[in-house]
Amino acid sequence: MAKILRRERLVPNIHLLEVHAPEIAQKSKPGQFVIVMPDEKGERIPLTIADWDNKKGSVTSIFMVVGTSTHKLSLIETDDEIPVFVGPLGKPSEIKKYGTVLLAGGCFGIAAIYPIARALKEKGNKIITLLDVKANYLLYWEEKLRAVSDQFLVSARDSYYNCKDYIPKTLNNIIKKGSKIHKVISIGCTYLMYTCSEATKPHGIETSVSLNPIMVDGTGMCGACRVTIDGKTKFACVDGPDFDGHLVDWEELFSRRKSYFEDEIQSLCHWEKNNFPR
Amino acid sequence: MAEKKEMQPELKETLRAEFNKDWRKELRKSIPAKERIKISPQKMRERSPEERSKDFNEVNLGLDAELAKKEAQRCLDCANPGCVMGCPVGIDIPTFIKLIEIGDYVQSVRKIKETNSLPAICGRVCPQEVQCEETCNIKKSKGEGVKIGNLERFVSDYESQQGEVFIPQIKPASGKKVAVIGAGPAGLTVAGEMARNGHKVTIFEALHVSGGVLIYGIPEFRLPKRILKSEVEYLEKLGVELRENFVVGLTATLDDLKKDGYDAFFIGTGAGLPNFMRIPGENLVGIYSANEYLTRVNLMKAYEFPDYDTPVFLGKRVAVIGGGNVAMDSVRTAKRLGAELAAIVYRRSRVEMPARVEEVNHGEEEGIEFHFLTTPIRYIADEKGRVKAMECLRMELGEPDSSGRRRPVPIEGSEFIMEVDMVVVAIGQSPNPLIPQTTPQLNVGKWGNVEVDWDTMATSIEGVYAGGDIIRGGATVILAMGDARVAAAEMHKYLSKRKKK
Repeated sequence: MAKILRRERLVPNIHLLEVHAPEIAQKSKPGQFVIVMPDEKGERIPLTIADWDNKKGSVTSIFMVVGTSTHKLSLIETDDEIPVFVGPLGKPSEIKKYGTVLLAGGCFGIAAIYPIARALKEKGNKIITLLDVKANYLLYWEEKLRAVSDQFLVSARDSYYNCKDYIPKTLNNIIKKGSKIHKVISIGCTYLMYTCSEATKPHGIETSVSLNPIMVDGTGMCGACRVTIDGKTKFACVDGPDFDGHLVDWEELFSRRKSYFEDEIQSLCHWEKNNFPR
Repeated sequence: MAEKKEMQPELKETLRAEFNKDWRKELRKSIPAKERIKISPQKMRERSPEERSKDFNEVNLGLDAELAKKEAQRCLDCANPGCVMGCPVGIDIPTFIKLIEIGDYVQSVRKIKETNSLPAICGRVCPQEVQCEETCNIKKSKGEGVKIGNLERFVSDYESQQGEVFIPQIKPASGKKVAVIGAGPAGLTVAGEMARNGHKVTIFEALHVSGGVLIYGIPEFRLPKRILKSEVEYLEKLGVELRENFVVGLTATLDDLKKDGYDAFFIGTGAGLPNFMRIPGENLVGIYSANEYLTRVNLMKAYEFPDYDTPVFLGKRVAVIGGGNVAMDSVRTAKRLGAELAAIVYRRSRVEMPARVEEVNHGEEEGIEFHFLTTPIRYIADEKGRVKAMECLRMELGEPDSSGRRRPVPIEGSEFIMEVDMVVVAIGQSPNPLIPQTTPQLNVGKWGNVEVDWDTMATSIEGVYAGGDIIRGGATVILAMGDARVAAAEMHKYLSKRKKK
């Protein structure tokens, strides 16, 4: 069992989960993830590692409330225990000197890009952070991210920040303005990663995405997370999660992520009925 | 297949000593061999196909004391027991059977446990018909050997039903620490052996429940989880520490554990990498690896969805590709989850199926269809990207290949379409790559298997042993346990030598 040190709602629907996991903290590298199970009847779901603290022996993940598992996690309190918090899984992101790196993040991906930005900054890269939120009150970790960014931009639909376009358009504008960008890293929902990859493709800018297919064990054993990269099947859990966004078969990924759409709704309704009876 | 090895001299001696004991001589005389050979094989009770194909409870109900005694009487107590030769771990089979015949079940199960720490499991999942029962001497004359597996199951179930499980003498603490990586059949066996020898054992398991393939792979209807639970509890009583949710290679590498003071290692991480056929459409929604399908159902209890959160497709027309035990487990699971068509699609014919004969027979009784000499060549999607059909080819059998089985050859122009809404690919597994990838000094073969000296199970790193599917690819529980016993004996020797330094 893993002990919860902190569970906090950062903004509506997005929560932080800090878990006592000293061994995982010691091994965590940017871009890796953990598999979490909220209770004994729960599903095993992957969450990107957003931060870790070796002194405290803690690992932090950020998640968005979507289905039953994340609803359950959002109700967990400090000192509660969860049966599974295992990792760090997957290959770490490639951290090296690229020059200028643009990190595009949305929803949980805002936190997921943080450790990557931090590590790339340490390597001497110029960091442009570009975040996407639907409205200004949905932005979180602004200070943390500003601290590791040379340029900090936010697209918000309510135009409270720099612009209100969905970020692929903003990304395109930045590239067209002639800023030399050596690498783009995009993390967030599948649609965001897909559109960012599409935006950079004509310009030939190396683009890395952190894929989020359905997983079960997370150690290469089951193959639920298979994705097609450049025509070849890969397992996101052990071969990824980072892949070249220009080589991903996005249509397949969209379709596989929706595999259990109806079941997920049924599961959530079942859970709500049992936990919030009228 | 039965291992054709020369019997070790020590084993021969032990068998001989038991054979010559007075009670054995008297027992042999009490019923003459020609009477014994007339007794027909006793059939284990099982639930009706109609009843069992609708739930996940165990199919077999076991022998009762009377049937067990009768079956034990069939054993001629041969001077040269063929059965022992067919057993990968060299159980003293005649002695445990004769102890059943005189009703001393407690001593009988202890006798098995001298060489096999997981009898309740092996009694259920070993391919006895190609091992001990194949080499049983009365098989030659009667066509059917003594039902050794059923007897093994009987005594081990008897022991657990009594509630009191025998804890063997544990040797004084050696002060040595052993890390066992993977809590499957090989790892559990090594852990038990090493703990009995006085070493401090920790098992590291990636999943949240110990048991490996016994928990995520083999379904409840063939191996109830309670049996595994009691085996794991038994290890804990021996002082074994279990660390679940710990992925060696990622949470800590083997080298990290060495620095933490572990003196010896056993790698038993299994064949955790499913093979696919690499044919068009294989990643369509509705196509599973057998590992994923069985893990969802067995480990994550998807058959109790939505009380459990993990879903699984409830296919109505299900094709399972493959002919091994994993394929049989998958197809019978699909049947239990309401499939109207639950079919095995296998590229060879029935005689080449590697599955246990009992499972094939049970499947047939439950209404499983068998499409032999057939192989899929591509999957066809509906408008939502879900599989709706597969194109297949008919095969014929050609010359035998390296496995000795006749090679299937496609028949030109024999393409046909089979309508399916779910497919399970059960064509085998490869060794899991996590340990080889994160342990650079470890020698690895061309299939990703960890290389060992087959006499000692030692890997290329001193003090590190390996066994089971990580060295063999997809094999059997009993072969994994056989490897584990060899590895444990060698590891114990290695640690004892180190002590003297």
